[in-house]
Amino acid sequence: MLLTILTILLPFGALLAGWQFDGKSSDNPDGASLAPGLALDLQGGTQVILQAVTSDGSEITPEAMEEAIGVIRQRVDANGVSEAEIAAQGERQIVVEIPGEVDDETVALISQAAQMKFRPVLTIGNPTAQPSADPSASGDAAAGSDGEAANREGAGDVAAANEPTKKEIAEQEKAIESATDPSDLAQITPSVQAAFDALDCTDPKNREGGGGDHPGRLLVTCDQTGAAKYILGPVEVDGTDLNSATSGLQPGPNGTVTNEWGVNLDFNSEGTVKFRETTERLTPLEPPRNQFAIVLDGLVVSAPSSNDPITNGQASITGSFTRDTAATLANQLSFGSLPLTFDVQGQNTISATLGSEQLQRGLFAGLIGLALVVVYSLFQYRTLGLLTVASLVVAAAMTYVVIALLSWGMGYRLSLPGVAGLIVAIGFTADSFIVYFERIRDELRDGRSLRLAVQRGWSRARRTIYAAKAVNLLSAVILYFMTVGGVRGFAFTLGLTTIIDVMVVIWFTHPVMEIISKVPFFRDGHKASGLSPDRLDAAPYRGAGRFAGPKPDAAVPADAAAPGRERELVSAQSVPPAPRVAEDGRRMTIAERRAAERKAAAEAAQNEEKH
Amino acid sequence: MARGGFAQWGNDLYTGRRSYPIIQRRGLWFSIVALFSAASILVLVFQGLNLGIDFRGGSEFTVSGASTTDEDVALEAVASVAPDEEPHVSTVGADSVRVQTTQLDNQQTDQVGEALAEAYGVEASEVTSNFIGPTWGQSVSMRALWGTVAFVVAAAVFMAIYFRAWRMSVAAIVAMLADVLISAGVYAVIDWEVTPSTIIGFLTILGFSLYDKMVVFDKVRENTVAVTEQTRSTYGERANLAVNQTLVRSINTSVVALLPVAGILFVGGFLLGAGTLKDISLSLFVGIAAGALSSLFLATPLDVALREREPKIAAHTKKVMDLRAGLVAEGADESVLAAAASGSAQLVPGHHQGHSAQPRRRR
Repeated sequence: MLLTILTILLPFGALLAGWQFDGKSSDNPDGASLAPGLALDLQGGTQVILQAVTSDGSEITPEAMEEAIGVIRQRVDANGVSEAEIAAQGERQIVVEIPGEVDDETVALISQAAQMKFRPVLTIGNPTAQPSADPSASGDAAAGSDGEAANREGAGDVAAANEPTKKEIAEQEKAIESATDPSDLAQITPSVQAAFDALDCTDPKNREGGGGDHPGRLLVTCDQTGAAKYILGPVEVDGTDLNSATSGLQPGPNGTVTNEWGVNLDFNSEGTVKFRETTERLTPLEPPRNQFAIVLDGLVVSAPSSNDPITNGQASITGSFTRDTAATLANQLSFGSLPLTFDVQGQNTISATLGSEQLQRGLFAGLIGLALVVVYSLFQYRTLGLLTVASLVVAAAMTYVVIALLSWGMGYRLSLPGVAGLIVAIGFTADSFIVYFERIRDELRDGRSLRLAVQRGWSRARRTIYAAKAVNLLSAVILYFMTVGGVRGFAFTLGLTTIIDVMVVIWFTHPVMEIISKVPFFRDGHKASGLSPDRLDAAPYRGAGRFAGPKPDAAVPADAAAPGRERELVSAQSVPPAPRVAEDGRRMTIAERRAAERKAAAEAAQNEEKH
Repeated sequence: MARGGFAQWGNDLYTGRRSYPIIQRRGLWFSIVALFSAASILVLVFQGLNLGIDFRGGSEFTVSGASTTDEDVALEAVASVAPDEEPHVSTVGADSVRVQTTQLDNQQTDQVGEALAEAYGVEASEVTSNFIGPTWGQSVSMRALWGTVAFVVAAAVFMAIYFRAWRMSVAAIVAMLADVLISAGVYAVIDWEVTPSTIIGFLTILGFSLYDKMVVFDKVRENTVAVTEQTRSTYGERANLAVNQTLVRSINTSVVALLPVAGILFVGGFLLGAGTLKDISLSLFVGIAAGALSSLFLATPLDVALREREPKIAAHTKKVMDLRAGLVAEGADESVLAAAASGSAQLVPGHHQGHSAQPRRRR
């Protein structure tokens, strides 16, 4: 019992604590608040416009845009149940609408291409540009590599002025083809060397990254931090060969956990084989050729040296990660890279897509409906109806608190479909009580005492309630994991209310029912209790084949009047009601009643035949 | 109704003194459902659902530097050109207004642009128009569809295992599909725009319908658990008693579930003009009503129709009927027959109780 109360009170306590110690404010938008967060359609949010750009002149196809939308949606969904809206606008823009304030972390999450590739390191150099021996060569040799940061950023940069000419590409591809393996230094053509010499990694413009580097060619690029520049061989392992990516603190050399954040990679079987072959080849080479570079969106994240061949398909990336950036990268890698590169073009707040005034009117109307529910259950179950209402109030309070907690903990946002789910949940929740009360009444009709009726009614009702709720929970779980966007939010609400509903029935409604079944008002079946034997036609057993019933004199006139009035309402199959009181005013035994019933039925049949 | 009103009626239904021949008249219910389903299919095929912006994409207008960001101004401006539209209006940033409509032709696009410029008191060049893709695209729909299919299959398997009768689960799923079909048909007839909320509404119906069938079938299961071990009433008669006994619960539950939805639909939607909630409340209202009705009038009769083909049940039914015919031939008391047929004489054969019948030992 104590445990029960604790379980119910725990969320309340957690929310209050969160509100006190991690309060929501303008500088802490993720903090706890006593009011649950609202979704885009109810509260508005931020609109981020992404413009697709291509680095290597490839075309922006509708298919690629569609794929990009899918990937962005998965990334947003993995971040919580916030129900973002994502749509293509025009031919090369994507509009992402996210509820509430948006921080830079989130913008990075949705807009970065996250194309990860593993390339062998051929040369490492100091980050600054080296004066080329032949200045005329540096101009056209600019980009032996393609698509890397230096090329795109253009203006003012020595290295980036020109696209690589076809001749240079052909020359380079020939060099790669004739190379013995991807670590072969013979692959570096003069044009690549020139681009490498000219690249200045101290210029932040060259460290902005961008996808689209050609996997089959060399890449000249910078370290993310600008500490070094590299010439890298062709791609050996692709980010698409990943099974999953997770973020976490990295273990140190002797098994201790360091406080350095990193991303753990788990390759699929194909990736494992490729990765093993690569590390096996690199290990015996001389530095820096024994290093492999992890390239993200054209920039080197880290370039660890390979000391032992890695055969189990597990790798980790460390670098200058914080907890948030590691989590973001893991999320991006898990759902694949964007097929296109996007620039953030604008970021604006937008108002709620549904009129807030209209919503208030609608909810007011819903409240009227709720008041009617209270009236109806009082009419149906008299005083017992108050227990329904109290249980609904408890369920509502718990739902509210849990939603507020979840909007603090995992960014849950209440949307209109969510609200609708909650309103329908009133029906689901109330049904558990109705099933329970009806079972109790059935037991009372069979002549059991209230205490026994509650006991037996509960064990029968429980089974029905569990089975029916199991179907609901099943649907919620399946829909949650298989769908995206709004349907997911709905499934979440449905599952949540189902669990809360079962908790309330077990831990509130049933214990209270057990308690009130001992209160004389209910136990003795007061007229207004909703459990009166009189209303329920119950005949409490007194022993020796006798039933203690309502006073005979009260029952007689009603029963006597009954057959005549009921006759026309009774359908063809019904058995005419028999008197329940014998001639001497004593209440009949069951056997006597049955006999009388049969007699009455036979007479009725005969009468009908005569007519 | 007799003394005690609703409660007395419930008593009579429970004891079987009053019984509605719901199972026996199943042909009637089946034809009604078939009629509605056929009508729904016809409406859906020939008229179709009126899909909204979220599914088809449309035109987007952005008014920059507007003098006011009042949303009603935009609604009126769009209505003056295309009265059937239900545009989505929201404020972007401090002084921009974004208006989304379904796809308009070029002429209408120009007219709406002019009307918006005039309404917000800006130059026509400050209003830009663009095509906006669907937020609820093909891929989202497919995911939702597959999720739904998976859930229905899982629910069917669950029910088949729980009731230990695959026919019961087939009956429940068929009845549920009929509910959704008819709800969609009603929605198509009224021809309101289908929004993501509507889809959520349909999914809710699916859940509610299955839930309700679970509850009713659990009563049928309870009543028919040892049906083959007695010879007084058939499976169909027991099921009919179950439906009658659960009638009060079904009415109470549907009233309680429908009241808040009805409040939103009728009071909110029609009296107060809360248009944004009418789509979801309509689909919910029709769906919940259909779901509750079909549990009683479609799912259970369908279950009986299917179960009576099961060899064991069929043999039992025949046995009971033969015995009854024999009794009639012998000129037995007709009331016995009537009582048996209505299921009022609910006999559960006794069994040896062993230790459980003994008083508990004191410690």
